[in-house]
Amino acid sequence: MEQQIATFNVKKGLAQMLKGGVIMDVVTADHAKIAEDAGAVAVMALERVPADIRADGGVARMSDPELIMKIMESVSIPVMAKCRIGHFVEAQILESLGVDYIDESEVLTPADEANHIFKHDFKVPFVCGCRNLGEALRRIGEGAAMIRTKGEAGTGDVVEAVRHARTVLGEIRKLQTLPEEELMAFSKEIGAPYELVKETRDLGRMPVVNFAAGGIATPADAALMMQLGVDGVFVGSGIFKSGDPAKRANAIVKATTHYNDPAILAEVSRNLGEPMVGRQISSIPDGDLIATRGW
Amino acid sequence: MEIGVLALQGDFIEHITILESLGVTARLVKLPRHLEGLNGLIIPGGESTTIGKLATAYHLMAPLREFGKTQAIWGTCAGAILLSKDAQRDQPLLELMDIRVERNAFGRQVASFETDLQAPFLKDGDERLYHAVFIRAPLIKSVNGGAETLLALPDGRIVAAQQGRLLATSFHPELTGDTRFHQYFLELAK
Repeated sequence: MEQQIATFNVKKGLAQMLKGGVIMDVVTADHAKIAEDAGAVAVMALERVPADIRADGGVARMSDPELIMKIMESVSIPVMAKCRIGHFVEAQILESLGVDYIDESEVLTPADEANHIFKHDFKVPFVCGCRNLGEALRRIGEGAAMIRTKGEAGTGDVVEAVRHARTVLGEIRKLQTLPEEELMAFSKEIGAPYELVKETRDLGRMPVVNFAAGGIATPADAALMMQLGVDGVFVGSGIFKSGDPAKRANAIVKATTHYNDPAILAEVSRNLGEPMVGRQISSIPDGDLIATRGW
Repeated sequence: MEIGVLALQGDFIEHITILESLGVTARLVKLPRHLEGLNGLIIPGGESTTIGKLATAYHLMAPLREFGKTQAIWGTCAGAILLSKDAQRDQPLLELMDIRVERNAFGRQVASFETDLQAPFLKDGDERLYHAVFIRAPLIKSVNGGAETLLALPDGRIVAAQQGRLLATSFHPELTGDTRFHQYFLELAK
């Protein structure tokens, strides 16, 4: 009996296995071990966390394959890595390294201002960011097997993560109230493939897993996103830019599991040390915002 | 009949959805007190290290071992690893089944696959193949003591084992629309 690899089923299936979990940005193999020991379901291997990319400026690219391979060797959990929007050669390189997921990420400097990668062509699954349902379904149409709301990476300010999650989930709720004959006009309005709009309406959720990202810095932030209805969380700068990364990482893992239990959330939030120094999004000039990259 | 699904992390909702479609009451299990009165428990797919650490932190390991002595437990993928006596790596295990597993035995995600298996013990199993989804899947390297092989790939590698009312599958019946494996487990839980 034949074995079929790289089907959409196994691509989106891995994301299903990550649900209820925390995916952590790591920049060294030591960080990756700390994340795994704290209970991360996967790590995102990169050279600089978003807060540093934001501070350093310049062009942000795919990480050195040497770094990614060292991180892959150091942990047993899945390893993700980022390529630039539209940079399909960076994606080919990451696939050849054997990473478990590619994040076509707005956190890096976009390589193509018109087109995202055609992700169906790859064996490795992709996760992509979105700010609304139309953007999410366009990415799924290109082959993304997992979605994350963008938030605003590297800020430690959860307000954009909340905005994007509320937007996507609100649009799905609205979609479910529409009669069949209004679906085509709705698809046109949000710029999304009709078939995926219909599938989302029938399922009552997106056809792939949806995590939150961009600005989550505390256990309470993670639980907030889970209560809003996302399937799990990415934490970027929030862990390794804090005073006690191991403890904070573990607390965010526990908060993501017990997101509906305020007594446990209170317990895990105690004595975590300094959170990352945040940056209010309202203080950032529009031209420096990351979430507006991608279309 | 009420079946619990360990809901620390992973694809527990998928199991709940199938159980409810079969008319079974399903309950999320996150803390030891949630085990009370259950007829059986499913440990879902997910990351076995994460689930093991959370089960340890919330004092679930001993209650789960006790539960498994008398009641049915089924582990899918990560759940199968947790049920095993040996995962060839230092991580929390329930050690309820006499099986040795190898994590990520087929390789990384790009090697994840789907295939059809002959499973004659399932309802209509003689006529209808069972479609199995393997994601960064473990293999059952050996079955010992009271454990028996239930399913193997055509090359003989073991992907499902049973020991009394305990069941381990390295694939994910919760990711297919085929409910026959869940029905098989419900018979064990009766």
